[in-house]
Amino acid sequence: MLEIKNLHVSIEEKKIIKGLDLSINKGEVHALMGPNGSGKSTLSYVLSGKDKYEINDGTIDYNGKNLLELDVDERANEGLFLAFQYPMEIPGVQTSFFLKTAINSKRKYLGQSEMDALEFAKLMKSKAEELNISTEMLKRDLNVNYSGGEKKKQEILQMSMLSPKMAILDETDSGLDIDALRIVSEGVNKLRNSDNSFLVITHYQRLLNYIKPDFVHIIADGKIVKSGDYSLALELEEKGYEEISQTA
Amino acid sequence: MAATEQTIKQVNTLGSSDYKYGFSTEVDEIRPPKGLNEEIIKFISAQKDEPEWMLEWRLNAFKVFNKLPKPQWAKLNIPKIDYQDCYYYSIPKSLKDKPKSLDEIDPEILKTYEKLGIPLKEQKMLSGIAVDAVFDSVSVATTYKKQLSDLGIVFCSISEAVKTHPELVKKYLGSVIPVSDHSFAALNSAVFTDGSFIYIPEGVRCPVELSTYFRINAMNTGQFERTLIIADKDSYVSYLEGCTAPMRDENQLHAANVELVALENAEIKYSTVQNWYPGDKEGKGGIYNFVTKRGACRGKNSKISWTQVETGSAITWKYPSCILQGDNSKGEFYSVAITNNMQQADTGTKMIHIGKNTSSKIISKGISAGKANNTYRGLVNILSKAKNARNFTQCDSLLIGNQCGAHTVPYIESSNSDSMVEHEATTSKINEDQLFYCQQRGLNSEDAVGLIVNGFCKEVLQHLPMEFAVEAQKLVAISLEGSVG
Ligand SMILES: Nc1ncnc2c1ncn2[C@@H]1O[C@H](COP(=O)(O)OP(=O)(O)OP(=O)(O)O)[C@@H](O)[C@H]1O
Ligand SMILES: [Mg+2]
Repeated sequence: MLEIKNLHVSIEEKKIIKGLDLSINKGEVHALMGPNGSGKSTLSYVLSGKDKYEINDGTIDYNGKNLLELDVDERANEGLFLAFQYPMEIPGVQTSFFLKTAINSKRKYLGQSEMDALEFAKLMKSKAEELNISTEMLKRDLNVNYSGGEKKKQEILQMSMLSPKMAILDETDSGLDIDALRIVSEGVNKLRNSDNSFLVITHYQRLLNYIKPDFVHIIADGKIVKSGDYSLALELEEKGYEEISQTA
Repeated sequence: MAATEQTIKQVNTLGSSDYKYGFSTEVDEIRPPKGLNEEIIKFISAQKDEPEWMLEWRLNAFKVFNKLPKPQWAKLNIPKIDYQDCYYYSIPKSLKDKPKSLDEIDPEILKTYEKLGIPLKEQKMLSGIAVDAVFDSVSVATTYKKQLSDLGIVFCSISEAVKTHPELVKKYLGSVIPVSDHSFAALNSAVFTDGSFIYIPEGVRCPVELSTYFRINAMNTGQFERTLIIADKDSYVSYLEGCTAPMRDENQLHAANVELVALENAEIKYSTVQNWYPGDKEGKGGIYNFVTKRGACRGKNSKISWTQVETGSAITWKYPSCILQGDNSKGEFYSVAITNNMQQADTGTKMIHIGKNTSSKIISKGISAGKANNTYRGLVNILSKAKNARNFTQCDSLLIGNQCGAHTVPYIESSNSDSMVEHEATTSKINEDQLFYCQQRGLNSEDAVGLIVNGFCKEVLQHLPMEFAVEAQKLVAISLEGSVG
């Protein structure tokens, strides 16, 4: 699915990612943990193609394609999804309209016809219900005056409606209350299958109780310093980054 | 198929960034020689079989025009207009002998309107909208006439009204925009060719949207539209105006005068979607759109509301205004002005508060892209008798790219200490993070810009009649194509 080799990234001359390797296969869930400022969000932006990041070295292969050559929207329509750490507000654009536009953009890219209005309404309703998002919410402007947790839930709604192949969740759990955390995790688990993959960025082992990862990676100063299975997250919880990084 | 539906479909099928209405129609035209002089004015008047008083009125306006200086104050780069190098009258030959019904209209012309998504044939008519279509200088057809006349509503071309309702025309024509107001007003009064006339009698709520579609077809022809709408006591009317012109390398002039009169308790809602040909990327060609639109709230509790979506024209110069004479009268101005490439727009409104408890609201959204310039120019004038007058103004500008400009020029003059005037203005650049977010959801960069800009304009677009709102949203997106890349 995704193969990152020797990635070096800088922004405004500042080196952020310094030789990162990561390989994610179909059907796998990888967790990425690491201290503040270690480059997690930067990695998610580079993968989704945000401007202004300079790729100094390395390659990224996505399903046999050179990911770095694709535009942001091409990557998205090829099934790459980023649940943002800080979702954007879009004033004047109704949430449901945004969802519809996103779905139809993808369908257009894939050469399919627009989704029928009724079919769309049904899909949105069922997905929103699963995530405990009210229809009132969907009539509001996208993310405008949403609470922190509501924004995160909105990201997961978008994800489940677009059913991506490769989803990156950047601290989706931060800001969610206990019930919402469970609901969102269930949403993610429901989407999991043998064809898609997840990269879950988090600070808290608690999320990984719900979304069981196949691999856990620890990033520090722009490099993956340790990889392991679920137990690494538990170990991290106990010892903290400092100690773990040293034993690496 | 409904007209708007058809138009939307048409807009949808057009994928490129070229002007979508840039075809021209092959019809024989009747045209007097180029140039502006008394002879031409007499010719126009004779062609239209006008009564003597109308000709006198025109000739007087021409004298006034010759004396008036050309306006200087708009922040526009206006090339000197050679009034002698322009045709002032042009009608398709087939329309000279007034067609009695749509069946007699040149099929080429009907086809033009069909291409534009404006069906004129009764059976294809959009329910709820009566259309008057102006092709170059004459009104082609007015649909729904019978149904409206049963209610006593007059909806016809102004040339027809001059003959059928001379007392109304004499009373109101030039009563809101005096001939001597400024040079374009005088020019229009001298050579105006056609436009719509509406009279809504006392106590009548017009059951359908009334609409005019203007199309400039002939080369080198100026279009001098004249519209007069009178809403008598306790009446209501909603009017829509749409326009297009073919692509031509040379500039064409459109100098319209629109006058609205609302009597006691009457309400007029006037909406415009303007997408005249804007010229090409280098600024060659395009329409010069110099429009004077003014409404008088003459009666108590009357209301006039202007909504405009201005996306076309090389140069737009336009300030739909309200004169709030009647006590408790209300004026509103909702505007979206988009300029891309080399386009220039100088637009805004004037709210003149004369009566007590008068209120006005101004919401203006200016969007500039490419090398375009966009100016909001507004005047809120509160006269000494306008006790308790209120105004709220909000002007937001959005810039796309680094080479365009936005300017806000609000004038406030208040001679009344009871009055309250609020003004808010913002200027921002299109947010890169918002664009990235939309693109991450699969929207290409142009769709992303279209979506964000439509969100930015929502407060204005929601005031358009439903049928036009969707179309306007597509236009907003289309007119910004090529602005990011
Ligand atoms: N535009 C920028 N200019 C300069 N430095 C930047 C820029 N963007 C990010 N950085 C820096 O890059 C480093 C990595 O940031 P990043 O957001 O990737 O961290 P993170 O691992 O996601 O942290 P957190 O856990 O706090 O979300 C930080 O030191 C940050 O200050
Ligand atoms: Mg982060």
